[in-house]
Amino acid sequence: MIRSRDLLAEAAAGMLQRPGRSALTMMGTVLGVGTFIAIIGLTSTAGGQISKRFSVLQATQVVVQDAAAAEATRPTLSFPDDAERRLGRLNGVEAAGLHWPLAPAPVLSSRPGAVAEPVSGIEVHAAGPGVFPAAGVRIQAGVSYNTWHDEHHQAVAVLGAVAARKLGISHLENGPAVWIDGSPYTVVGVLDTSERLPGLLMSVLIPPRTALDHFGPPSPEHPAQVLVRTALGAAGTIARQAPLSLRPENPMSLEAQAPPDPRTLRDTVSSDLDVLFLALAGIAVFIGALGIANTTMVAVLERSSEIGLRRALGACRRHIAGQFLLESTGLGLLGGLVGSSLGVVTVVGVAVQRSWTPVLDPVLAVAGPGVGAVVGLLAGAYPALRAASLDPALSLRR
Amino acid sequence: MTDETGTSVRDGADGSPVIRLVDVTKTYPGPPEVRALRPCSLAVQPGDYLGIVGPSGSGKSTLLNILGLLDRPTTGVYEFDGVDVAGLTDADRTRLRGSRIGFVFQSFHLLPHRTAVENVELALVYGGGPRAGRREAALRALADVGLDHRAHALPSTLSGGEQQRVAVARALVGSPGVVLCDEPTGNLDSATTERVLDLLDRLNDDGYTLLVITHEEAVAARARRRVRVHDGTLTVDGGTLIVDGGVLLPRGGSAA
Ligand SMILES: Nc1ncnc2c1ncn2[C@@H]1O[C@H](COP(=O)(O)OP(=O)(O)OP(=O)(O)O)[C@@H](O)[C@H]1O
Ligand SMILES: [Mg+2]
Repeated sequence: MIRSRDLLAEAAAGMLQRPGRSALTMMGTVLGVGTFIAIIGLTSTAGGQISKRFSVLQATQVVVQDAAAAEATRPTLSFPDDAERRLGRLNGVEAAGLHWPLAPAPVLSSRPGAVAEPVSGIEVHAAGPGVFPAAGVRIQAGVSYNTWHDEHHQAVAVLGAVAARKLGISHLENGPAVWIDGSPYTVVGVLDTSERLPGLLMSVLIPPRTALDHFGPPSPEHPAQVLVRTALGAAGTIARQAPLSLRPENPMSLEAQAPPDPRTLRDTVSSDLDVLFLALAGIAVFIGALGIANTTMVAVLERSSEIGLRRALGACRRHIAGQFLLESTGLGLLGGLVGSSLGVVTVVGVAVQRSWTPVLDPVLAVAGPGVGAVVGLLAGAYPALRAASLDPALSLRR
Repeated sequence: MTDETGTSVRDGADGSPVIRLVDVTKTYPGPPEVRALRPCSLAVQPGDYLGIVGPSGSGKSTLLNILGLLDRPTTGVYEFDGVDVAGLTDADRTRLRGSRIGFVFQSFHLLPHRTAVENVELALVYGGGPRAGRREAALRALADVGLDHRAHALPSTLSGGEQQRVAVARALVGSPGVVLCDEPTGNLDSATTERVLDLLDRLNDDGYTLLVITHEEAVAARARRRVRVHDGTLTVDGGTLIVDGGVLLPRGGSAA
């Protein structure tokens, strides 16, 4: 009987009759939907960055573990002396580095003899010259030792930046040395960064053959491993070939780990985040719904004589319910619209500031106002029913 | 003018009454239970102007709510336009109310955030008629009550008398045929009361059926006929009213 345009007009007039209150009421939904959009947008934007890094680093990395040594009871090294060279011959390997931590940790100091004060918190690692290119290090000072140093059992060391600071070695002009279990090692270089093995920055590195001479093979708790950097797409193949080419007679003693499938990795990472953040946004939206329900309820009580009058003028219960439902839905929709806009602005703003590519599913721009409208509709349901069931004779008495 | 008791006693021949109450009662369930109307009978012919006068709490508003289809009687028969409204659905009653009955209340009941003309237009919204022409009809109704110059004023800026005239314009804009007024001058001083009553006289002259409920004898005196409400009972000069066909009779009068 009533035209829908009239019903819309009445609902709009109801919303506009107290613009300040309507605006305040919308705040909950604005915040909720805004958070919702911003969080999903930021998660997908950041997720895009994370998985880009993950996939490049991980897709080009193979780690070969000394499986037999881990099972052994006494120090063992299953890798051959020329492990790095053997792997380097494989097609698709860009660098391969053998390394293990010396255990138990030897005594380390920056001065010889009795005056020596041991420096703690720094590990000593055996690290083949291939480790440097494989881990993607940057040299801050000096050079890294090479195969010649290793093959000739030289007492040389490369320090990580943190280790160098702790040992008080700031420059290499005077040919500084470190003492490991009392023996001097000439420091030839200092590492600045290490992309794949950040632990190297807190370590003193010496060539493996030198380490074997003085400290023996790696302990079963800390077996040796080889880090292989491969060409993009070659990691799977390398992982299959590596044990055989290193130990043709006993490939089972070594175990190569191919990178995890970057797709599954990204999914697990971002779905964990999504669940948490969506729960937060859901709580915000729920609070927004409570706000709308409360305001609509107050409006129904306040306007009960208006409701009685409308009934006297020929409004059915449905019309009254419809009007208040439309008012609450309108509040939710508007809140959703404003919230979505703020959310999108936030995502783009953060992305621009970090020079990321904003990643936002366009469906969200529609879903935001939609969520707001549904929230308003649900929030208005009970007040609207109350309004419709008011006794017109009674509400006109006021 | 005819005498208080008799007016329509013999007018029954020219047509059926627009309103016919037979032994209608209203009891508010409480607790405590309130018997607001004891068996009441009443017939109102089209074009009639009936004053219903009684002290506070006597049941006048209760009667008007029943007549205006805003409430249902506890027992008894109410026929509007010859139709027993007890058989109508809620929606049908609402439609009938919207199209055939206009209301004027003591407290005006204007929406505070709408202008005078918007308040008048509201009476046309629920009829579902075309949007075009509504504004014009509302302005005409305002002109009828002499308020076209205040059409775009908010109610809060109008005097009490002006607000009530806006309410009258709203009651008549849809040409409902029957206008029910509950204490239409209850909030007005004597000068504006006169003005509103003159307006009601004119409505009746134009053919509207008017029922005016009031506790003021002076207001009731403007009606063509008067009935009294006392403790929920309708009387005419002390006699109880009964209805015989379309004819309103004092009990004990001769019907035949
Ligand atoms: N909804 C209700 N529930 C219970 N009692 C009610 C209700 N409405 C009215 N009453 C009672 O019914 C009686 C008649 O009330 P009504 O409002 O009809 O009187 P009235 O003649 O209009 O009085 P007034 O001149 O003061 O407006 C009163 O005693 C009142 O208290
Ligand atoms: Mg009353």
